Amino acid sequence: MLKTASIPRLFTAEYRTLSQIRGPLVFIERIVGVAYNEIVEVEGPDGEVRLGQVLDVDQQRCMVRIFTGTSGLDLQRTRVRFTGDVARLGVSLSMLGRALNGAGVPIDGGPPIAPEQMLDINGLPINPSMRAQPSEFIQTGVSAIDGLNTLTRGQKLPIFSGAGLPANELAAQIASHASMTGSGGDEPFAVIFAAIGITQRETSFFMDQFRASDTMDRTLLFINRADDPSIERILTPRAAFTAAEYLAFTHNRHVLVILTDMTNYCEALREIAAASEEVPGRRGYPGYMYSDLSSLYERSGRIRGKSGSVTQLIILTMPDDDITHPIPDLTGYITEGQIALNRDLHRKGIYPPIDVLPSLSRLMNAGIGERKTRADHRSLADQLYAFYAEGRDLRRLVAIIGEAALSIEDRRVLEFTNRFEETFVGQGTSSREIAQTLDAAWELLATMPPDLLKRIPREFIEQYHKRS
Amino acid sequence: MNKSQHASGRIVRIAGPVVRASGLENVRLYDVALVGEAGLVGEVIRLSEGLTTIQVYEDTSGIRIGEPVSNIGYPLAAQLGPGLLGQVYDGLQRPLNLLAQYGDGFIERGVQASPLPLEKRWHFTPRAAEGDLVEPGEIIGAVNESRTIEHRIMMPPNQRGRVVQIREGEFAVDEIAAIVKSEEGNELEVTLTQRWPVRQPRPVWTRLAPNEPMMTGTRIIDAFFPIAKGGSAIIPGGFGTGKTITEHSLARWAEADVVVYVGCGERGNEMTEVLEEFPKLEDPRTGAKLMERTVLIANTSNMPVAAREASIYTGITIAEYYRDMGYNALMLADSTSRWGEALREISGRLEEMPGEEGYPAYLAARLAEFYERAGRVHCLAGRDDKPEADARSGSVSIVGAVSPPGGDFSEPVTQNSMRVASTFWALDYNLSRRRHFPAINWTNSYSLYNFKEWFEREAADDWNDLTKAAMALLQREVELLEIVQLVGPDALAEPERAMLATARMLREDFLQQSSFHEVDRYCAIGKSYWMLKTIMEFHRLAQAALESDIRLERILSLSVVPQIARMKEFPAQSAEADIQELAARVRQEFSTMGVN
Repeated sequence: MLKTASIPRLFTAEYRTLSQIRGPLVFIERIVGVAYNEIVEVEGPDGEVRLGQVLDVDQQRCMVRIFTGTSGLDLQRTRVRFTGDVARLGVSLSMLGRALNGAGVPIDGGPPIAPEQMLDINGLPINPSMRAQPSEFIQTGVSAIDGLNTLTRGQKLPIFSGAGLPANELAAQIASHASMTGSGGDEPFAVIFAAIGITQRETSFFMDQFRASDTMDRTLLFINRADDPSIERILTPRAAFTAAEYLAFTHNRHVLVILTDMTNYCEALREIAAASEEVPGRRGYPGYMYSDLSSLYERSGRIRGKSGSVTQLIILTMPDDDITHPIPDLTGYITEGQIALNRDLHRKGIYPPIDVLPSLSRLMNAGIGERKTRADHRSLADQLYAFYAEGRDLRRLVAIIGEAALSIEDRRVLEFTNRFEETFVGQGTSSREIAQTLDAAWELLATMPPDLLKRIPREFIEQYHKRS
Repeated sequence: MNKSQHASGRIVRIAGPVVRASGLENVRLYDVALVGEAGLVGEVIRLSEGLTTIQVYEDTSGIRIGEPVSNIGYPLAAQLGPGLLGQVYDGLQRPLNLLAQYGDGFIERGVQASPLPLEKRWHFTPRAAEGDLVEPGEIIGAVNESRTIEHRIMMPPNQRGRVVQIREGEFAVDEIAAIVKSEEGNELEVTLTQRWPVRQPRPVWTRLAPNEPMMTGTRIIDAFFPIAKGGSAIIPGGFGTGKTITEHSLARWAEADVVVYVGCGERGNEMTEVLEEFPKLEDPRTGAKLMERTVLIANTSNMPVAAREASIYTGITIAEYYRDMGYNALMLADSTSRWGEALREISGRLEEMPGEEGYPAYLAARLAEFYERAGRVHCLAGRDDKPEADARSGSVSIVGAVSPPGGDFSEPVTQNSMRVASTFWALDYNLSRRRHFPAINWTNSYSLYNFKEWFEREAADDWNDLTKAAMALLQREVELLEIVQLVGPDALAEPERAMLATARMLREDFLQQSSFHEVDRYCAIGKSYWMLKTIMEFHRLAQAALESDIRLERILSLSVVPQIARMKEFPAQSAEADIQELAARVRQEFSTMGVN
């Protein structure tokens, strides 16, 4: 539960000096000794206590953002108490299996969580020299990811989705598969699911998925629904990562954090920036959005000497499918790659509709190869990419000049491209072991003469290539 | 410098990393201040009557109005001396390895440690004798810092005098190795270490024009867009286009004596890759481990934003320090856009009038100042009127990655950097999506340096003709591909289709280079030359064959064609001979068809 550490105090100064309420912000006058980022309790005339945070403070007044909405507050009767502490989340192992709201308060009807520790939800940066390189392969069962954009433990990988594309289905599938099988099978695993401004329908979808996959007792949910206060969305991912770091680095779990949908988080950030009259950056988002997002995304990884890890799967909706929109753009600059979903593939009925060309996993090389996946993995992936990219170009050409004008070689590539989408990417909801994925890739290459396999060393061609 | 403290100020306002204090006296712009009870390090960035504005390098959460502020009395400075190499620092030069003792893997606020190892003793060999007159920057002795780098102990740039005491022996960095009596009669104690304010360029005797390229082992750079020793380059590109991998490649294989790698607002896991890999990899020229020539500055994106702004200056100051010893230093900054954003954020908190896209109006000036710290110089005491043995020159080269939003190069950081950097390696989404790496676009990129003579002397007589012809062929391919897009490949004549085939060879078998392939990741200039030579020879012979009415299909089915694709994998030690042999086979196969 989000609260402040109880510091014994004789008395707490209480102010009734609100001078302004503006959107999510309130201004309090004639204050003494207020700290930056301090958490405040604001009690409205209705007696409801709301939490807020100091965003700017000088000798006379301070600006506070209220997480749970300002409706019902007034200038005369509203009382403000400064707690003297930053926002903290009470964490304990008993959180697993629970559902909390976006600020960390149980909403599943269960008892309050008895905290083992009270942790600052902003966390601290991991010392770069203490990080261990993510190098353990996570099998997701999805060929387009395992084969071409491999996920590793400690990585942060977003799924760039568009409105109406099945990103949630894919995330749920990955979560249940990655936690059940593969290298994660016998090691302590946990899933933290942070829902940020998602709809009731999406919420129940995820709940059903988690229940169906029998992982509920290893899952912790933070749920901020679309109709919950938007400013609370600022807290939700922070609370989720605080719990994730605690489980990973205190209790040695491999934690998979799923965030959906970061677009809603960024909207909340913009709302506050606009209310506090900051100079807007691109498309009205604040200039510090990069720093703010990185303070979340960088809370993943492995630490030397600790066996746990935090892996992130971040779902965001690209407004108008635009990958250059500030939200996917800044995310892509921070995360270690991205999985991009494609509307055309989705329309063709291909599931998962992953467009591998703009997709990327930066940590793939460390997680694949001999003793991890297979020695031919890297070059095989490169070869598939090269042919598929060529095939996509050829399609455009065919649209103009017709297929008959192509050379035999080009026609082979084109045919490869179609089969690649239909069978390799479009595997449906079934899961593939990594060996099946790689074999499926060699199957696709069977129609190609070995001389064209320029990206693959000869020994692998001899070992795996079957000519048809 | 005045080290007395003036603890007199009180905090009156806090907005993120910007803190305002009243009551501070004798403050100068850019002085370091300690903020709050926790003593967080900050820097004075604005002065107005009675009010001092400070940017704080650590998270200001929990700091209160009314807490004390004190002024240290000198600007942010780097601690320079033996022990820098192999270290990992944050943007303020705090050694991250030592900070790891606290915080259980995380960086706690307000922790401090000495940038240089204090307990380690170095064997100091004097180069000056008692009674010698030594001038600023003059080398008075040396210690062996690593197997390849002799760390030359220099007089601080602002001090001169006569040596009254100097001795060989084992010294810790802060022990007195020599005593120098200045003209005014003051005794200066010279240790192995000196401090230098990071925002101030270290002085030099004269600046020289760059005269030779710095080989990088990356074919497209060395052959077409070389960077000078003492030059500057920028690599702009959207995410996923390979900025970081190119920078890592340069850090590994570039022909520099010392590499300072600044991870400025980038990913933590990428720094880890460098940290785990560099102690294992060998420098192909010296055989020493790469870590022994590298200083890492890791100010990842989630570390405080103001320290990110400082990290660039800390890095360049360390590079200049090694330049002053007479080395070729290379400073890599990944990414300068994050530095620009730090400027923007601080500027926004100061409520300054925003310029283009919210960046402050002084962005262009700051970028220019930074890139101008690159250069080849005669070192302070190594001027050219001295006997040859004493003359000393060194260089600092800067390669800055730029991360333009949406990959759009028209944004302010890219545009302002382009105006001051002499080499431009434009990374291209389309190339990276088809996994053409390095995704440096050969039609947009440029290098303003002219090293024709050097290449003729060091690589081959026909180097310039060869690269010119290859580039012309690649340009021709762009035009031809446009035609193909419109009307299909059948519209082209056979010679043009042959051009497309050889241009593709150039792209796939020469320009593409894998940073992960054990052999291909580093390509010496001799190997590059013979690869290019073989492809262009094939091109010439193919065109000649077409004139003798030999069909293109027959040419492309020659057995040497797939072998050309494997040239890049030829092991380095015998690559040149092997490729020459292949070139001979190319000629032979054509001559059996009657083409010479």
